[in-house]
Amino acid sequence: MNEHEQEHTLSYRFLGMILLGLVLLTAVTVAVSYRHWGFLNVPIALFVASSKATLVLLFFMHIKYEGMVIKVSFISTVVVLAIMISFTFWDVAFR
Amino acid sequence: MEKTIDKTGVRIGMWIFLYSEIILFGGLFVLYAVYFHAFPDDFASGGKELNRIFGTANTLVLLFSSFTVAASITAIQRSKKIQSMTLLVISILCGLIFLINKYFEWGAKFEHGLYPNSEHLLEADPGFIIFFGLYYTITGLHGLHVIIGMTLLAISLVLVMRNRVSAERYAMLENSGLYWHLVDLIWIFVFPLFYLVL
Repeated sequence: MNEHEQEHTLSYRFLGMILLGLVLLTAVTVAVSYRHWGFLNVPIALFVASSKATLVLLFFMHIKYEGMVIKVSFISTVVVLAIMISFTFWDVAFR
Repeated sequence: MEKTIDKTGVRIGMWIFLYSEIILFGGLFVLYAVYFHAFPDDFASGGKELNRIFGTANTLVLLFSSFTVAASITAIQRSKKIQSMTLLVISILCGLIFLINKYFEWGAKFEHGLYPNSEHLLEADPGFIIFFGLYYTITGLHGLHVIIGMTLLAISLVLVMRNRVSAERYAMLENSGLYWHLVDLIWIFVFPLFYLVL
């Protein structure tokens, strides 16, 4: 096993910057919720939430520094979730 | 003979468990999405009943605690035991603040007669009832995860204190951290779905 891959230390400063990014994105999503853009509000809220989730996953949860096994299996889980959501809506939309 | 530890294997095991959690909450989010599709107006009026300030405060508390957990792992990697313990205590306190906020939030809803099977709620429109059903189910299940996460962090804290978790071996702390980040991750989606969809 690659030792470098296993012990990746992130500096406090770097982690702090990720936190700052997350707080800014939260501010954006709350600010957007006070505006009424009708249909667009939901996709924007979900896009911001996904961006925040990506930051948490990549850096706080160290996925960026993991090996292929965890990366591929995580993406597979997201694909399964996407199939679950899209098939449900396929059913709901054409009922 | 010295026992070797497969550090990657330990993390893979934790991740497989986290996948099952993602699918669990994913299923509930699908349920939310389908009913939102069916009752958009009732969901909007349900969302207006929730306090955006409380929700935002709780989001910030959880994000900050995720940062302190990640930082405590950095501290242990650098053999800074006291720093790591301090950061863990802050994280557990953040979890507690989150739950106290949640207590007041639920309490306020109960006072307004908005709780499962309440007379006030049963008279409301079906979409409104479903919104609060989902609200209590999802935030309740999430709250349970916060309690479990705090317990795991507390166990890690004790192990750090007793030098059972150290720069050479910190899988327990790392996996508790992963669980805590998952709790944060779920809240990142719960927050806009319930508090910001108006």
